[in-house]
Amino acid sequence: MGAFATLASALALGACATTGTADDTASTKSDAKEFAPKTEAEGVFPSTYSPYPGTATALKGATVFDGKGGKIENGVVFMSGGKIVAVGGPETPIPADIAVFDGTGKFVTPGIIDIHSHLGDYPSPGVDAHSDGNEATSPTTPEVWAEHSVWPQDPGFARALANGGITALQILPGSANLMGGRSVTLKNVPGRTTQQMKFPGAPYGFKMACGENPKRVYGGRGRMPSTRMGNLAVNRDTWLDAIDYANDKKAKRDLGKETLVGVLEGDILVHNHCYRADEMALVMDMAKEMGYKVTAFHHAVEAYKIGDLLRENDVCSAIWADWYGFKMESYDGILENAAFLQREGACVVIHSDDSNDIQRLNQEARKAQKAGLRLGIDISDATAIQWITYNAAKAMGIEEMTGSLEPGKMADVVLWNGDPLSVYSRPEKVWIDGALMYDALDPKRRPVSDFELGQPGEGDVK
Amino acid sequence: MKRLLQLAASALALSATPTLAQDVVIANARLVIGDGSAPLDGGVVIVDDGRVVFAGKPAPGERYETDVVIDADGAWVTPGIFATLTSLGLADVSAVSESNDIRAGGSPFSAALDAASAINPVSQHILVHRASGITRAATTTLPAGSIFAGQGAIIDLDGDSQPVMQARAFQMINLGEGGGRLAGGSRVAAYALLKASLREAQALDGKPGIPGTTEIVKDDEVLLSRFDAEALVPVVTGRQKLYVAVERAADIRAVLALKNDYPKLDLVLVGVTEGWLVADEIAAAGVPVIANGLLDLPDTFEQLGATQSNAGRMARAGVKVALNAATMQDPRRLQQVAGNLVALTRVPGATGMDWGKAFAAISSVPAEISGMGGKAGVLKAGALGDVVLWDGDPLEVGSVPTRVFIGGVEQNLESHQSRLRDRYRDLDESELPKAYDW
Repeated sequence: MGAFATLASALALGACATTGTADDTASTKSDAKEFAPKTEAEGVFPSTYSPYPGTATALKGATVFDGKGGKIENGVVFMSGGKIVAVGGPETPIPADIAVFDGTGKFVTPGIIDIHSHLGDYPSPGVDAHSDGNEATSPTTPEVWAEHSVWPQDPGFARALANGGITALQILPGSANLMGGRSVTLKNVPGRTTQQMKFPGAPYGFKMACGENPKRVYGGRGRMPSTRMGNLAVNRDTWLDAIDYANDKKAKRDLGKETLVGVLEGDILVHNHCYRADEMALVMDMAKEMGYKVTAFHHAVEAYKIGDLLRENDVCSAIWADWYGFKMESYDGILENAAFLQREGACVVIHSDDSNDIQRLNQEARKAQKAGLRLGIDISDATAIQWITYNAAKAMGIEEMTGSLEPGKMADVVLWNGDPLSVYSRPEKVWIDGALMYDALDPKRRPVSDFELGQPGEGDVK
Repeated sequence: MKRLLQLAASALALSATPTLAQDVVIANARLVIGDGSAPLDGGVVIVDDGRVVFAGKPAPGERYETDVVIDADGAWVTPGIFATLTSLGLADVSAVSESNDIRAGGSPFSAALDAASAINPVSQHILVHRASGITRAATTTLPAGSIFAGQGAIIDLDGDSQPVMQARAFQMINLGEGGGRLAGGSRVAAYALLKASLREAQALDGKPGIPGTTEIVKDDEVLLSRFDAEALVPVVTGRQKLYVAVERAADIRAVLALKNDYPKLDLVLVGVTEGWLVADEIAAAGVPVIANGLLDLPDTFEQLGATQSNAGRMARAGVKVALNAATMQDPRRLQQVAGNLVALTRVPGATGMDWGKAFAAISSVPAEISGMGGKAGVLKAGALGDVVLWDGDPLEVGSVPTRVFIGGVEQNLESHQSRLRDRYRDLDESELPKAYDW
């Protein structure tokens, strides 16, 4: 009886709706409501992130690396209202009524930032159904946005937080395509939706790729590009089309070209996967030809061969410490890559591109630093930390908000149980916007994704 | 010329560059024996005729005749790292298929594949890893056309004409998700193929060269040729170790149960991500494990329980645990993985290893599992003279060897990488292009 009644009311509603639109159907097109999508300037897929509650907290007595090359012994870091309030030596004044952690023997850094991650787009478990990082159906797909592939339940986010102290990260499309699409920068705070993780105010990035991958993927299908010269030709033609589009005020909206125009206007930052020195030099000339800027080369295993050129062009190199030799274009990878770039005054960022290495960017930075120290290249511990904090933030366009411990910035902070450049140290506490999101001393203060519930190892230390 | 050496650290100064195995005394070392014991200061290692004759604290007044004396000046001195499992010597560039002998999916053969037939002793990967302190390794092909990977070898990294110490040291199979795919689509099929193959091998025991055994075929594909079946005779008779790649707790139990039907199998488990869930059972079976060290992500449905505490928890339960080089970016990260296990001892709720045990998990333990117990990965009288001097704590990231001896012979630590490093120490091309800088 109840079921019948429900059905009846549903039918009634349907009928009512039909009746209500009868007059509209008869009206002429000129009278109809005009349909118009929101423009990007009006806000699409906006971030819904807001910081979680935190308490005013001071960390006292620890060694502080500020993320911009500074080091303070016996330092004080005071955060309140989600922001850094004060950073300084032991005399730094702090209010009496706040939580104080004794950091003696411990270290404080800004939250670690990974400029190159595929978490969420290639999540765990890495089954085919989750393979959402490469729209490998066309060599140029500037219209796709990585955020539309991010699975916020990827357990990798929590590992990166707990073991790596990662507080912000850039999720990039893969490198199958010359133009892989837009990246998204996330706060490493779990969300039910990706918008809840989206870093408010972060600019978009644009993923491009040189070399072997695009020419292999498309050449293997008998289509352009199948060579490196084909890579450049397809890129240049695509930019020419984008410039025509930008100059045609009557052009029909085109998602891909909107992204490319965003790059030409400098609003979207180019992150270019590129291994070989000679190819990076070509890409920088292409950028000059077309009127855009490369913000960072990613992987860049041969960046050390052109540190001078990269410095002159103000392009960062986002690199591994020790990956080499797994493909032809990585054959010349050396441990000294970061150190040689630093010697030239070029910008260094240590990245992961890996769901395991993102948990140890601090250790990767140490390897790269030590390789330089062995050759007498002076790289301070504070500089090595800068490679994985401020420099990453700068290349992601969020350096005004995070990446260093300075008053007014987001309170993205890691308290380490020892020297963060030592293999023996781990994050003890991680704050994001002043909210304690991980505490090694509190088993419940660690994220467990939906996927892990009721499965072996739920809530384990990992 | 031999010199009479009084084993007191202060008297040591001279050194030389030997081309053949010479007597070497390394004194004043922060010495790591490699057997799980803690490092000791003021240690001495004596290598004679390529073998360790003494390692430890010298007795007062002890004297020894030697060619070369090295004052370590307090530096860390360890046995060479023993890397298992690797593919060292089997590929130049893994993505350059013609240079890569690791997989042979197009071959009709599987179990019969013999890694020892293709080891390149001067592969750049061998040179790079030697300079990282790895002196011996288990190297193997990987399963591609069948669940059987083929037969792995134990190699040294000294770059001479004889890299293979023991050919056909072990057979490897995959009995997890990967094995299921290779067997035709399921774990069930993998077990059927394994059991059918072992039955064929049992039938061939003692009958080499006699034809008439049925091939296991699927369509026009041979899953097990006569030649492969013969290669499994040493496995089923327990003369060759069987390494089984497996991750899930239930799969680990199933592998351990194989001993009920094939009691002679000499099993070693590889991977074993969920080993901590069945650690007591592995320990009771007395089966050693080459464990993934730091994997903590549910990359597959057979790794849901992944945690960095896996190795430590298994070791605590009494399992013999070596750290697996196969899951790392490259095997030179073994030190880093071991160091991370030490880090876990300071994380509440986690289980790691103390420093000595962590180092043993990349030296003596993998050597023992590889049939090299007492010979490699340890500095004890009678062991091979593989000695590494380091510029820092060898488990700390960024530490590298300063000198490496393999079988008592000091090794050249140069490689393609070191030559690139030397060329690009500066970018000066004011006189000539970089191509002339060599």
